[in-house]
Amino acid sequence: MKLPVIPIIPVKANAGTDAGGCASAGCGSAPDALAHLPDEIRRKVQDHPCYSEQAHHYFARMHVAVAPACNIQCNYCNRKFDCANESRPGVVSELLSPDQAVKKVLAVAAAIPQMTVLGIAGPGDPLANPERTFATFRELSERAPDIKLCVSTNGLRLPEFADEIAHHNIDHVTITINCVDPEIGARIYPWIYWNNRRIRGVEAARILIEQQQKGLEMLVAKGILVKVNSVMIPGVNDKHLPEVSKLVKAKGAFLHNVMPLIAEAEHGTYYGVMEQPGPTAAELQSLQDACSGDMAMMRHCRQCRADAVGMLGEDRGAEFSLDKIDKLDTQDIDYASAMARRKVVHEEIIGKLEAQRQWPAAKVGVGGTAITAGRPVLMAVATTGGGVINQHFGHAREFLIYEASDMDVRFIGHRKTDLYCSGGNSCGEEESVLDKTIAALAGCEVVLCAKIGYEPWGALEAAGIQPSGEHAMEPIEDAVAAVWREMLAAGKLATPAAMKKCA
Amino acid sequence: MALIINHLCTCCDACLHVCPNDAIRAEQPYYLIETTLCTECLGEYAEAQCAAICPIEGAILDELGVPLNPPGSLTGIPPHKLAALQRIEMQLQK
Ligand code: SF4
Ligand code: SF4
Repeated sequence: MKLPVIPIIPVKANAGTDAGGCASAGCGSAPDALAHLPDEIRRKVQDHPCYSEQAHHYFARMHVAVAPACNIQCNYCNRKFDCANESRPGVVSELLSPDQAVKKVLAVAAAIPQMTVLGIAGPGDPLANPERTFATFRELSERAPDIKLCVSTNGLRLPEFADEIAHHNIDHVTITINCVDPEIGARIYPWIYWNNRRIRGVEAARILIEQQQKGLEMLVAKGILVKVNSVMIPGVNDKHLPEVSKLVKAKGAFLHNVMPLIAEAEHGTYYGVMEQPGPTAAELQSLQDACSGDMAMMRHCRQCRADAVGMLGEDRGAEFSLDKIDKLDTQDIDYASAMARRKVVHEEIIGKLEAQRQWPAAKVGVGGTAITAGRPVLMAVATTGGGVINQHFGHAREFLIYEASDMDVRFIGHRKTDLYCSGGNSCGEEESVLDKTIAALAGCEVVLCAKIGYEPWGALEAAGIQPSGEHAMEPIEDAVAAVWREMLAAGKLATPAAMKKCA
Repeated sequence: MALIINHLCTCCDACLHVCPNDAIRAEQPYYLIETTLCTECLGEYAEAQCAAICPIEGAILDELGVPLNPPGSLTGIPPHKLAALQRIEMQLQK
């Protein structure tokens, strides 16, 4: 049984908030940002928690760690530990046999009807473990046909397995492509294992790039959705990624997701040890903007850990630990009735999403009340999900960033407070969590949260960011629009934003 | 004539897939090369396959106990940073 899909709502010329901003900026999350895609593809992705900003508040995905082996080395990865960059757990995470993985997925899907997507991403490369990966897919497509399957790969063996992927009816494939220039690749990948040899340097990168591109073309030719992930590494591939974006789009990838390099010395990676800096939030955003001219960008990606269970960003893994799964008998899971329950829940959510897609036009801007032009404002929101402002400022480890303007409220991306540092001399141990948070929110003028303490309030104000707890429990877009209108009415938006000193 | 896997092995399975002689056993806490089966890939491949794919420096040794992938050879981390890396890894292992 297939998950019902939302009928495509045509983008009206005057659709205002629902369409305007995103279509022009291609933020890759609202349905209209996917407007360049054929209907068939849009239908596939708009209820997908990883691709639709709206959907990811309500639907969830999970990954299972069934694929330990890898066949390349990336400079942002230390194979002894969890990888912070790609959506995959490292070797210290719970490795599952295909059997265990199937049980876990069925148990989770029965308990959490919102779980609609199952991915295999690691901890190594799924296609370097073809038996384990495809055994898991085979079982699941038989037992749980209402779950979308996806796989992430470095692409080295993609051409070899393109047929098999098509055979398993895999919903989409993610390829991590960090470059299309072997000279740049040689600074990202120290070696690959290819044709029974360990190959290094430019030659290794050349082969990897060739295989990735060939794999991308083959999948597209077979009608399989391909998303491309890139890790932004300042000074290595940051200038190069717009070219990558252009090329992969021309070849038919439907989304390009640029993620910031996460390289702390304490991760023990090459980049970490060599003190390669990651991008600041502003650098990331400007690269995403540069790429978005060419194609839909995915901005709400939180680089979730691959073995996380539950709504994106929320880790419910402990509820389904290996010992609990092992005690389970597949026969005990009545998936047929679970599937019926799931269907009801999915339909409810889809109804809600559909309703949401209708109303934003009435909220801000273009509609009835004449709004004099005010400049766009970035606002940060603390939320645990569900599309409402419901998190205490001090508990937030990531913020959703929205841009409000006279056109609309548009989702820009996520900022994790523990991912960015201010980059200055103060960066280090003496830098407090609050300092880091304020640095991560650079460029935002408002932060919306459920509650906030006295001390952070003052610090935020001093940094030129206005905190507000007044909109607790309100839907995010409504609140952002309301605050923007207040600012406009107060005459705060006539002038350019004050230059903010970065903490 | 056989290679040896030591305690640094992370049980990642990579060598298991590529050994032409099925000489590697998925023992715990780390994998084991069956001495009687391992040929060091001589006559089969130009490189010992397990050592050609293993991502962990120092995990695979020759008969004399010399690592086929010495520190720095796979990550490219220069010698003067290796001590720092070692400290970090010790901390991470805790
Ligand atoms: S050297 Fe060759 S035969 Fe021996 S364990 Fe490694 S891969 Fe197998
Ligand atoms: S490839 Fe290396 S780390 Fe992986 S299982 Fe074999 S010996 Fe262990």
